[in-house]
Order: sequence, then C-alpha cells, then structure tokens
Amino acid sequence: MAWTRQILRVNLTNGTCTPESLNMDWADKYLGQRGLASRYLVEEVDPKVDPLGPDNKIIFATGPLTGTCASTGGRYSVITKGPLTGAIACSNSGGYWGAELKFAGWDMIIFEGKSANPVYLSVIDDKATLHDASDLVGKSVWETDAAIKSAHQDPMMHVSTIGVAGENAVLYACIVNDLHRAAGRSGVGAVMGSKNLKAVAVRGTGGVAVNDPVTFLAATAAGKKTLAENAVTGEGLPTYGTQVLMNVINEAGALPTRNSRDIQFEGAHDISAEAMAEPSGKDGKPNLLANQGCFACTIACGRISKINEEHYTVVNKPEYWHASGGLEYEAAWALGAATGVKDLDALTYANFICNEQGIDPISFGSTVGAAMELYEEGVINNEITGGLELKFGSAEALTTAVELTGKAEGFGRELGQGSARLCAKYGRPELSQTVKGQEFPAYDPRGIQGMGLTYATSNRGACHLRSYTVASEILGIPEKTDPLATDGKAGLVKAFQDATAAVDSSGLCLFTTFAWTLEDIAPQVDAACEGNWSPDSLLECGERIWNLERQFNNQAGFTAADDKLPERLMKDAAKTGPAEGLVSGLDKMLPEYYELRGWTNEGVPTNETLSRLGL
Amino acid sequence: MQRALVIDPGKCTGCKQCELACSYEKEGVFNPAKSRIRVFDFHQNARFVPYTCTQCDEAWCQQACPTNAITTDAFGVKNVNDSLCVGCKVCTIACPFGTVNYNATTGKVIKCDMCGGDPACAKACPTDAIVYTDVEQAGYDKMAAWAKRTDAGAQAN
Amino acid sequence: MHHVIIGAGPAGVTAAETIRKHRGGDRITLLGDEDAPPYSRMAIPYYLEGDIAETGTYLRAAAGHYDDLGIDLRQARVGSLDAGAKILKLDGGDELAFDRLLIATGASPIRPPIEGLDLAGVQTCWTLADAREIAKRAEPGASVVLVGAGFIGSIILQALVAKGVQLTVVEMGDRMVPRMLDEAAGTMLKRWCEAKGVRVLTGTTVKAIAKPEAAKPAAPQPEPGFFARLFGQRPPEPTAPPAPVDETLKVTLDNGETMAAKLVVIAAGVRPNIGFLQASGLELGAGVSVDDHLRASAPDIYAAGDVAEARDLSSGQFDVLAIQPVAVEHGHIAALNMAGNPTPHRGSLNMNVLDTIGLVSSSFGSWMGIEGGDRGQLLDEAGWRYLRLEFDGDRLIGGQAVGLTEHVGMMRGLIQTGLRLGAWKDRLVKAPERLTEAYVATAQGIK
Repeated sequence: MAWTRQILRVNLTNGTCTPESLNMDWADKYLGQRGLASRYLVEEVDPKVDPLGPDNKIIFATGPLTGTCASTGGRYSVITKGPLTGAIACSNSGGYWGAELKFAGWDMIIFEGKSANPVYLSVIDDKATLHDASDLVGKSVWETDAAIKSAHQDPMMHVSTIGVAGENAVLYACIVNDLHRAAGRSGVGAVMGSKNLKAVAVRGTGGVAVNDPVTFLAATAAGKKTLAENAVTGEGLPTYGTQVLMNVINEAGALPTRNSRDIQFEGAHDISAEAMAEPSGKDGKPNLLANQGCFACTIACGRISKINEEHYTVVNKPEYWHASGGLEYEAAWALGAATGVKDLDALTYANFICNEQGIDPISFGSTVGAAMELYEEGVINNEITGGLELKFGSAEALTTAVELTGKAEGFGRELGQGSARLCAKYGRPELSQTVKGQEFPAYDPRGIQGMGLTYATSNRGACHLRSYTVASEILGIPEKTDPLATDGKAGLVKAFQDATAAVDSSGLCLFTTFAWTLEDIAPQVDAACEGNWSPDSLLECGERIWNLERQFNNQAGFTAADDKLPERLMKDAAKTGPAEGLVSGLDKMLPEYYELRGWTNEGVPTNETLSRLGL
Repeated sequence: MQRALVIDPGKCTGCKQCELACSYEKEGVFNPAKSRIRVFDFHQNARFVPYTCTQCDEAWCQQACPTNAITTDAFGVKNVNDSLCVGCKVCTIACPFGTVNYNATTGKVIKCDMCGGDPACAKACPTDAIVYTDVEQAGYDKMAAWAKRTDAGAQAN
Repeated sequence: MHHVIIGAGPAGVTAAETIRKHRGGDRITLLGDEDAPPYSRMAIPYYLEGDIAETGTYLRAAAGHYDDLGIDLRQARVGSLDAGAKILKLDGGDELAFDRLLIATGASPIRPPIEGLDLAGVQTCWTLADAREIAKRAEPGASVVLVGAGFIGSIILQALVAKGVQLTVVEMGDRMVPRMLDEAAGTMLKRWCEAKGVRVLTGTTVKAIAKPEAAKPAAPQPEPGFFARLFGQRPPEPTAPPAPVDETLKVTLDNGETMAAKLVVIAAGVRPNIGFLQASGLELGAGVSVDDHLRASAPDIYAAGDVAEARDLSSGQFDVLAIQPVAVEHGHIAALNMAGNPTPHRGSLNMNVLDTIGLVSSSFGSWMGIEGGDRGQLLDEAGWRYLRLEFDGDRLIGGQAVGLTEHVGMMRGLIQTGLRLGAWKDRLVKAPERLTEAYVATAQGIK
C-alpha cells in the first residue's frame, strides 16, 4: 500500500526496460523518494564515478504519499551523482509528473548506462518504451512537452524533460516537468543529457491505495486544516508565494546582493511579491495572474505570471506573451538581488528562459553575479565576454546571458560551468559564492547564522532546502531563535536536516513544515504505509538518510575541509542592517555539529553512529 | 430546494484534490482517471477549470437510457442504477456535456451523483472553487442556458 | 381527448409519458404488437450475452408503471389507418378511434435476397423473440455466420463472441459499420475483431444458405414453437438417427467458398414499418413524412422514431434516423405537440456508439465531413485509437472516435450547439485529441 512496489529499470546502453519489485526492506528503512532512491544509488553506483559518464545512474523516485490526497502529495525527486558538485544530488519537484508515475504503477525509474542516440522514455501505465528523440534534440522544455504530447496524441501525458541546457552539459541544468516545475539543483539535467536521455513522459490511469484509508483520510484532513489555519501556509504563501520573503529577508539584512558584496538590496521592493501584484503593462494587469497548486497541494504557492508585452525582452516575441511559471523567491533573488537587477519584467523573462531551457536560476543568477564582479574588477573584459557588458544592475546583460547560457553560446558556455569553475578559471576562486561547487541561495549567513552551517554541511552543496533554519530564525517556526546568534544552531540544523530528509522521502512538500511538524506528518505516513511510522522513527529515518548521503560524499572524496563557506562570508563583515559588522560564525558551530552528529573531527560518521542507524 | 455544485474557475488552483476525493469516494483508491470531476489546465491563460455533470433538469443521459437505469432523486440528482445499467453507452454519446463516461472495469457508466447529497469534491476543495449550494445561482443558470442550446426541441414552456 | 400511440418502443413510451405529464385527464392508449412489455432493442445484445434477464431489457422497470400513469397498454397489431375518419383497424377486426395519433411503429429487419432465409437456424436479430432463438443456438464453440457488419450486426457480434461461438462475419461493404465509421475506423475495427479470433469477410456477400442433403433433421426440441416451425419446412425422417442440431446449414458465399454453420444471423439493416399506411393517404417517403413539428400530412397525426422521416440536424434534410436517442427525442417533442404545447423540432443529430469486443467506437453528425470543411485526424494504429473531427468554418459538424470513451458526448454538444471554436478550431485540426480542452475552453470563453 502507498508504494506501488514496482520499479522500472531502464538500461539506456541496451535499450531495455525491466520491471522489478521494490526492495521493501529498504522501503521500511528509507521510506521512499530521496531516502530510498539514495539507498539504491549507494548500492549501485561507485561514489568516485564520473557524474557525466555512463557508469553514473539517475533515479526518478516518488514517495509513498505521492499520488494520495495528503496535501502536497505529488512530489518526486531525481537522485544521482551531481556534476556541479561531485556530491550526491537529490533535486525535488512538484507539478503533476510524480503523481502520474504512481498512477502508472511505478514507485521509481532507475536509468543506467548511456544511449548511443538521443531517446526519450514513455511510460503509459505498465508499458514502458524508449523512443528515438533525434527530432527533440535542440528543443526547449516547452517545445519538447508539446512535441511528445503531440507524438503520442495524448494531452493528458505529463512530461519531465531537459531543455538545451541539459543537452549542452550546463553544469546546473535542471529537469523540468509540467513546463515550469523543476528538479532544479546540482545539475541533474546535465546527467540526463550525458545519457542521451531527453525526456520521460508518463500517463497513468491506475489508482494509488493506502493501508488504512479511514485513518488516512482523517489524518490528511486534519493536516489540511492545520495548513489552512496557519498564517504562512494558509495566507502568506497562497497570496504572495515564496516571494513573500523578499522584503522580509531584505529588512532582516540577509539578502545577498551583488555577489554578496552587500547584504541589503535597494531594489528589493521592485522585485518583490508586492510589486508582482501591482498593475503593469498596457492591459493594466499585474505580473501575477494566478496562483497554482502542484498536485494535491492545498497551499498553492506557485506563481503564474505574464511579461508586459511592451517590455524590451518580448516586444518582438509574441510567443512569450502568454502566462507561465512566474518568479519564486529564490529565482527573483538570484536573477535580481545577486546581479543587482531590479527590472521585474526582465527577471520574469529570465525566469521563463530558465524554465524553457532547463536552467537552475539560483546557480545561474549567482554565477552571473560573480561574473559581474569579475567584470567590474577588470578580471574579465568585453573580449572575453564577447561584448557582453556584465555590469551589476544591467537587465540587458542578464537577459542576454540567460539566452546564451542554455545554448552554450559565446560567454554563455563559461557561465554554464557555474561560479566556482568560472572564478577559478580567472584566478579569483574566492569570489565564487559556492559550497562544494554549488551556489548558495537567497539567505546570507552573516544575517542568518544558521544558514551558514546549513550551506556548509549540505550534502548536495550549498542549499537552503536541506535545513531551512530561516523558518526558526526569521519566521519563528517552530520557535524563534536569534538569527545573529550561533548558540544552539548546530542542534537546530541537525534537527532540521533529519526532519527534512524524512519529509523529502515521503512524497510531501517541505513547505508544509511551515505549519506541520513531524507530529502532523507521522500520522499521515503511518496510515498510508505498512509499518509503524512515528515522529521518532521518521526522524531516525531522516538521520539515516543524512548519514548515508554523507558516506557517499566521503567516499567520493569530500572531507571536512569541504564543509566551508566562501571567504567573503567569513571575512567581510555585513555593511548594513541588523547584521552590520558580523561575519559567519561557522567555526563556532561546525565542531559542535560534528559532535551532535556522532561524527569524528574529520566529519566522518563513527562506527557507533553507523551501527546505531543500521548503516 | 435543489442544491447544486457551483464552480468558480477563478478560484481554482489546479490542485486536483477534487479528483482525488471523488475517485476515493467512488473507487476506494486515489485515481484521477476515474474521477467524476476533472480539472482542466489552461496554463497559458492562467486558468484552471473544474468540470463535472450539471445534473440538468431534462437530462439527455436519462432520456436516452434504454433501460431506465438513470433516475432522478429528490434533490434533482441523476443517478446511475448499476443493476439496471447494461453498459450500452448510449448516454455517453447523448450527454452533450460529456460528463457520463464508460468504466470498462465495471462495464457500467459512471457520472457525478453528488455523493448522495454530500459531495466529496466540494468538501475537499481548499479554495471554495467548488461549493455545494442552492441552485438559485448565476453559475447554474448559465449552465442551464447552455444546456438548452443542445435541445433538439425548442420547448415553448 | 384520446391519444393513441402505435408502437411501444422508446418513442412510443416516451410520448405516452410526456402526454400524461402535460395532460392529466386525457385518455392514452399505447399499442404494441409483441408479447413482452415495452423493451429496448439496445439491450438485446446484453440479454443475448446473458448479462441481464429479459426483464433487464424493459424500458421501465417498475411493475404497474403504465397502469400507474393511466396509460392503457394493449397488445394489438394495426392493420390500417383511416386518416380522415381518425380510425385504426386492428388485426382481428376491432376498430380504435383517436383524436390524436402518434405513429411510432419503428422498423423491421430487411431480408436480403439470399436463398434459404426461411430455414431453421437462419435468424434475424431484432426482437426479443429473435434473441431467444439465437441464444438457443449460439452455444460455445458453435459455428455462426453473421451476415452484415453494420451497426446492428456489430452489436450482435459482441454478444456472439461473448457467448464463445466460432464466428464468421460477412459484410457486403468494404469495411465494418460503413454507415457509421469511415474506412480508417472501420478497418481498425475489422483488424481488432480478427485479433480477437473473429473471421471478418468484407466486400463479400452470402449467396445461399442450404440444408445439405446429408444433414439429418434436428433432434426434437423442447420448445414446440421451434419444433413446429422446423417440422413445417422439412418433414422429419423418423427412421434416421437423431443428428446434432449444429452445423446443419451450408452457407455459400459469392466467392464460391462454403462453410458449415449452426446458426446464421441476418443483420442487413432495417426499414420503417409503413406497410399498413399504404392506403392511408399519408405522405410517405422512406418513412412517414413529417414537418418541423413532427406532424404527418393529415391533421392530428404525428410520427416519431425509426418510422419518421424527420429533420436531420446535420444535413438539414428530412431523413430516417433509426437510433434510440432520436426515438426518445422525437417521442418527447411529438408528445408535446400532441398535448397542445407547440414545440418545433430543430432536427436530430445522428449518432451511434458501439462496443466491439471491448473496442468502443462512436460517431456523430456529418462524420464524413463536407466539401470545403477542415478536418482533424488522429490515427494511432498500435494504440487502437482513432479520432476524426470535421468542421464547417470554425464549427464542429461531425466526429467519430474509436478507442476513446472519455467525454465523447462533448462532440454532440459542440455539433448541436454550433458553438464557434475560434482559435481552438485550428488547434483541433492539428491535434484533435485536444477536443475536451477545446470544448471546456470554448464554453468558458478561454481563447
């Protein structure tokens, strides 16, 4: 129950599709999605493998609650070894694709090997077929979505695909499903591209059952009520989306601006949720037209936006005059504050192109920010950039850069390698705002200290979605902690990391945890699945997953020396705002964190820890 | 007083909780493909439209049924009586709204039956895009007007 | 006022009920000539398959339904009509006067010019009585030849396959259901049937059906009616040993091939039952000619259902549309007019739905399209799916579907309302599978 207990193994080298039974022993220990697929990856892939080589595997995995009526129960994750970081990568996406895979009767798909020619996979209920995709090469996400639905003459299909960025090995290429929901981070799209796998299209007409329906309906109904009554999930997110944070984080003095030179952005309001709701354009309509819920989501933080038709980016391109996925907070920050650009329509356009070409806007925007600093410092010039005037605040530079990056044309080819490689290439590695090669997102660790430890220890490189201590430090969820203090943050980060790993393995969206604790989630998981799932067992499951991922990374060659933040965050004090004068206190938090984790000083899990977790 | 599902697409977020609730209520599993209500996604127009049976007064499905298997209850709801339905599918082509569908698994037709007066979709809708309310509503009148256009007879009364 | 309705099929029953709804005190007489309560021919295949009992074919399930409504349901056959005097002559000599009359006598199977149609084991499939006979012979493994793969033939086909017979279908046309589906769809259906073990011979006719000399008469049957019929045609030879009833017929095709069959089912189409009206003075065409209020050419006389030559919505012409939904529609509208509520009949839409061993097909309106109109076509041979949409300008005028059952009624909705599809029409020409989206969008004003 809840699990379909069937997985699909696709060998791209041989062109075979083989059903397998799900390993239920692992399901009992790793739940699903992130945890369970990581278990398969660890079992089957050498951590030292070349991420873009044929020996890497890439797994699309749902959780047991995916496809159920639990609020937000529609998630899936893509698990592989990431090319941007060389660490284990796990990118989570919403939309409808994950639920559709469950309805087709599959918990996960494991892709292995490499196809000689471009292919895409169709999964129509129990029928899985690899198709020639040579016609799809060079096609955008949007074109591919339409082309596959048209080829199968089925508009009800859901397509998860790479754009040209994934084909061109942009190291932060993402995988986009349902046009604008993405498994966004760590370059999972480049892995797909490296395997000559363009897309996975699914159509399912079966049902998903749960173990104890009566209890499940009651538990999920209670959960939905909690979400509806919560100020963040019931009001803030539906009304403003994640963009509700733009002004909040800016005022908290934690908005990394212009490659983290500054910590507050004077243009924050112009690119905020409030600005998105203001009338603009000749039709008097605002940027934001509607909010969208992913499958089963009762929060509906998704933004559906439209670019002003008179804006320079689209005035001659009517093909962009329709509504599509709009700015989320991280994207607005990366495309805006990180580059100093405050033109909302330019940001929306760049965001559309990111969705269309399959580019992670966080890594892209941060990389453009770094390139702008290199440009302004005179490290790179027009000769190198091909005439691209990468000045902070230049909307034209941003929108041109985004067009070049996916296509890997001109300077876009260098931007597509990410900030760490770009800055290293031009001899200024310290300017890269990355951890383990991955650009950090929209929270400055000088202003929100817990996020420093979060970034430094995240198993997929810098990321806010591994332990979102912003919830506690800024929003007071579940309880308020001081964002400027380091005391107690090691424990907070560990608890958030473990809980998050469990949520990411369930099929639910992490955003529910603005309102839900594991006390709310455990009854839903427990009613859906066999076995006994309590808040404690979920937390332990999360800790097991965290250590499993850590082991993979350690075996891949990562050490404690990689649990570090960019120099700027450790040395250059915040210039303004509440955190003025502060740098990150990572040094104070990290040893405590290792100890709490049951790891050695070198950041290696002790045998005792491993055996306690059954690893 | 007859009650009806009144649908306001402007409030719909496309979450499909209605499809999940409906399929669970009717099939015992979560299966949007078997839901009696369906949400259409017009993403380029930033519009989601939940769509189901309007329980029209002079119901085409009911009139076309050769075995009298579709009956009207006290609330005006058209119900399929499985023991009388032979699976001939005439109602599926007769319904101009396309809201009676054939279920190959059971060999019978399925349609919205308002869950006996307590529609699961309306209860599950998080945004009140679907509400169960009195029929004296503009939305229902609109549907009824549309229904009339399909009538082969322009009835005087 | 006395309303008389000839014919107790869907049109007649609907009319009787509708008149009662509007004219509480009027006298209503409903005449049927079969020995069963009003039933639906659409349900016969399911009775044949054994899915339902005979009672499951009844149009109205409730006992006493007609009595409760004060409808005088009588078994009688009408011999002739005196339209001027408003009198019916019934077989047996009785006369029945009326104030208003509805002719809803339906249709009867066509008997094609084949030698040997009267032999035992050769059977049309139209009435419950026919179905009973077929059910007796269509035993698992029995060889059965079905003559005609039109709509009715194909419906019976499904039932015969379900009964497990060895089935051969002989169709004169170049494909199955040629009057409901185009070549691509009809051919797909044929391919499907063949994949399910049915032999389908298109472009073929049956020349003769014979009882071979060597064949012995059938063993005595428990049903005296059947036995008597058999006896009447071919005297039994009492000295011969009893032969099994199966494989007693020899079917000869126009290509010279012969085959043995225990049962030959004739489904070569139907024609309106207007024979009794030849001397009535009513204007007759293929059926009873009616105007846009379903009135025949004499005062106070109406016609409905398979017998009525009424307006076809698609062509605008007057034609016979022998399908159940139209019968109901006619019955309803004719009754409103008879009850004194003038109700024009705008025209009915031809539409059909067919389940052929699990492959469902449907067609609507001018599915063959019109000169100068655009077309959208989806052909998925491997997936057993077909959809063809025909447009006049930006309006849908016809459609057919195979292997698609979700929301197919929307085709009717779009055709009958004449809703302008605007930009959606070009999308449908390119991708007809987006029909349901187009329908909802157009109804919602989404461009």
